[in-house]
Amino acid sequence: MSEGRPTTDVKPWADPNATPFLQIKNVTKKFGAFTAVDNVSLDIYKGEIFCLLGGSGCGKSTLLRMLSGFETPTSGQIIVDGQDQAGIPPYARPTNMMFQSYALFPHMTVEKNIAYGLKRDGLPKNEIATRVTDMLSLVQMDQFAARKPHQLSGGQRQRVALARSLVKKPKLLMLDEPLGALDKKLREETQFELIKIQESLGVTFVVVTHDQEEAMTLSSRIGVMTAGQIVQTGTPHEIYEYPQSRFVADFIGSVNIFDGRVIEDGKDHVVISSKELGADIFVPHGISGVEGQKLAVAVRPEKVRISKSNLSDLRNKVTGTIDEIAYMGNSSVFQVRLDSGKRVRVTQSNLTRDNDDLTWDDRVFVGWADDAGVVVAS
Amino acid sequence: MSAAPDTGPSSRLPGGPMIGRVLERLGLGGRGLVIAIPTLWLLLFFLIPFLVVAKISLSEAAIARPPYLPVWEWVDGVLSVNLNFGNYLFLLEDPLYLSAYIESIKIAGISTFIALLIGYPMAYLIARSPENQRNLLLMLVVLPFWTSFLLRVYAWIGFLKANGIINNFLMWTGIIDEPLIMLQTDFAVYIGIVYSYLPFMILPLYANLVKLDQSYLEASADLGARPATTFLTVTLPLSASGIIAGCMLVFIPAVGEFVIPALLGGPDTLMIGRVLWDEFFSNRDWPIASAVAIVMLFVLVIPIMLLRKAQSADEGAS
Amino acid sequence: MQRRSKFLKITGVLGFVFLYAPILSLVIFSFNESKLVTVWGGFSTKWYGELLRDPQILEAAWVSAKIAFVSASLAVTIGTVASFVLIRFAKFRTKSLLSMMITAPLVMPEVIIGLSLLLLFVAMQGLIGWPGNRGIMTIIIAHSTFGAAYAAVVIQSRLVDMDMSIEEAAQDLGAKPVRVFFDVTLPVIAPALVSAWLLAFTLSLDDLVVASFVSGPGASTLPMVIFSKVRLGVSPDVNALATVIIGLVSLGIIVSALQMSRSKRRL
Repeated sequence: MSEGRPTTDVKPWADPNATPFLQIKNVTKKFGAFTAVDNVSLDIYKGEIFCLLGGSGCGKSTLLRMLSGFETPTSGQIIVDGQDQAGIPPYARPTNMMFQSYALFPHMTVEKNIAYGLKRDGLPKNEIATRVTDMLSLVQMDQFAARKPHQLSGGQRQRVALARSLVKKPKLLMLDEPLGALDKKLREETQFELIKIQESLGVTFVVVTHDQEEAMTLSSRIGVMTAGQIVQTGTPHEIYEYPQSRFVADFIGSVNIFDGRVIEDGKDHVVISSKELGADIFVPHGISGVEGQKLAVAVRPEKVRISKSNLSDLRNKVTGTIDEIAYMGNSSVFQVRLDSGKRVRVTQSNLTRDNDDLTWDDRVFVGWADDAGVVVAS
Repeated sequence: MSAAPDTGPSSRLPGGPMIGRVLERLGLGGRGLVIAIPTLWLLLFFLIPFLVVAKISLSEAAIARPPYLPVWEWVDGVLSVNLNFGNYLFLLEDPLYLSAYIESIKIAGISTFIALLIGYPMAYLIARSPENQRNLLLMLVVLPFWTSFLLRVYAWIGFLKANGIINNFLMWTGIIDEPLIMLQTDFAVYIGIVYSYLPFMILPLYANLVKLDQSYLEASADLGARPATTFLTVTLPLSASGIIAGCMLVFIPAVGEFVIPALLGGPDTLMIGRVLWDEFFSNRDWPIASAVAIVMLFVLVIPIMLLRKAQSADEGAS
Repeated sequence: MQRRSKFLKITGVLGFVFLYAPILSLVIFSFNESKLVTVWGGFSTKWYGELLRDPQILEAAWVSAKIAFVSASLAVTIGTVASFVLIRFAKFRTKSLLSMMITAPLVMPEVIIGLSLLLLFVAMQGLIGWPGNRGIMTIIIAHSTFGAAYAAVVIQSRLVDMDMSIEEAAQDLGAKPVRVFFDVTLPVIAPALVSAWLLAFTLSLDDLVVASFVSGPGASTLPMVIFSKVRLGVSPDVNALATVIIGLVSLGIIVSALQMSRSKRRL
């Protein structure tokens, strides 16, 4: 989704000679016996919007708090722009943070909130004034400079929080669930604004979120976290289309997963027999499997086709009965019970207005193209 | 992630990390200094005084300044210790003390119970009031607490004495012919204690009852329980920690109360706080007064522990 | 909400009558012409005049006000530092000790606090010659100590409620811990500091027992004077004094309640 944006045309993470701007090296954080962050290594490049995506308790916020200096890693190294951050207290770090609760100072006006960080740096008064004014107009909050946080709406507070964290021109801006407190509509508008501001300032963003949609729209790359580890890093496209594990496939979007074992290891293809599916699955691209090895195939619901007629152009197909239909407006979701007993989810775009040739208890074929499925570890 | 214990503000000292680190190693960093202020104050003016009391309770009274003999002293370079358990033995032997302890517990207990009987419905009423009225009602409960305690007790003298307001009123209506004797009785002391400590009963009960989900009561009614049954089987058990906290907050200070028995009680209202006061001020027997205090502390240990438990149970529930 | 039976309402009304009737009677009879406090003899303000001409009461009121002012300020300082340390600092060796010591005075009978502090002062005088004579200074120390306990309760609950990320945000923007405390923490908990101060002030103004123990011959506080008057029986000028105190306290309460509710709405 984010492809085509100028910043992502260049892919520094794909360039072996590029120097990462933020290096996280084997960072572990333990709270007593509990390991919140488990040996995480990560390189983030200048100008990126990098999203740490994961459920609550996965360690993403702890990782963020270590980057900003509120937690000290139990072991490992954090390097920002070539400088090891160990022992540097939060107030001396070249990074800033936008808090999930926004954490605006309730007793200060918008203007004073934004100026606070600059004052701590001891900048001359007139420079502070200019930078605060510039920032206010960047986030379109000029008229609200004299207001206090409790006189602002949620969206306005979010802008002030963003302005306050950006005004010091940090090398790295950490955003903790930046859109979490906004309602859905406002969130969508703000997402694009956030990207625009990031591009105009060229600041590197590290965003923590549990919302996959937010991560997909915002980020240049995503790191999916679970149980204190980053299980996969990649562009939104890579994460969605080429999940490397069952967890990632399942976590991002919805997916049908079929367990099976390799029965044929050809030169340009593999055949996986799946009892769950009740058929063999043909996988074309080169995965190296040993015969008998257990694997699983993940197929996104929108890549599954459903029809009453024999899907003659497809190799991977089975028959089943329609159990449930959920009409979503732009699409319909079908639950099909295969003859093997397994349930499969199929999403179909509603290309025409009335598309009711499929109905409950219909016998149907479901199938997908050879390259639609992704093989993941079982 | 929220399991993270907070690391608090950085312990770094401004100026020279070297000096800071050395001081920190000695426990005298900026952080250590901040911790030291309240800790030392309370050690010196709260904890050590108890040790002094304990020490003096083991000494012998004497006509001297201060009026007791030292527990230990250096005699020709040798430390001689004279522990005197006589004060404690005396407390056991003289029935005055034992009965004063028992009387204090009895009076405090009865007053606490009365306070619960009055306080519970009031707390319940406030908790079930519309939200915008609750704060006002609570403020009305707390307001008397802010006015002088001494003067509020004094007000009851005017109410209870022979030609006081209550007797005047009752005689005027013709219910009684001669004044009732109420002042300088245990009855007056109960009233004084209940009156003075009622807010301490109501506040924890309110805090507990206001959290009680109305749907429990509805569920109970829905399952066929009458209001009285619902109260006994749902409301009362759920508010147990509030009841304990409220009762202990009344009982503990009431046991050691001095002003109320001194002003409202009779000469035979023996409460231990008053006995301690008299031993100290009238008899100038500091060692006995100290022993009385130490024993009082032991008497209060169980109620204090109950209170702590109830309070932590309440915090855990919220 | 509607579960307010008749029984509840009646006990509620009776309860409030019980709480307020004595206070009301104090006020009413302070305007009584008669010297017999409980028999109405016509309206008069003469007892207030009497009060103003009583040098003993005026002197004691001044002493009490000074003590209450200084000890409330000290109590809030100690209580704030203790609360901050207990709520915001990670574990340290003396944490549970401090936590115990700051809450214990709340449940300690006054006679014990008074006796123990007096014995400490006497012992210290024997050891280091200080305090030379007991009076205002020793009462202030005693009142600050138990005032700090009450102040800490109020301040701790505010600190617990306070969003910690505000303090982190200030640090993140370059403020050192001390700076964060004065720039952010203090202003945000200011309303709680005000109520803690008022509470400590009232407790000090009200205390008879502890002050009686730790005071020397030089200083008599207002409660000590009232107590010795009251012990001899009721007297109308005490009613007048009570009315003045009740008036001042109510005024203070109303002002601070208004201020609290305003600042609560703001947060």
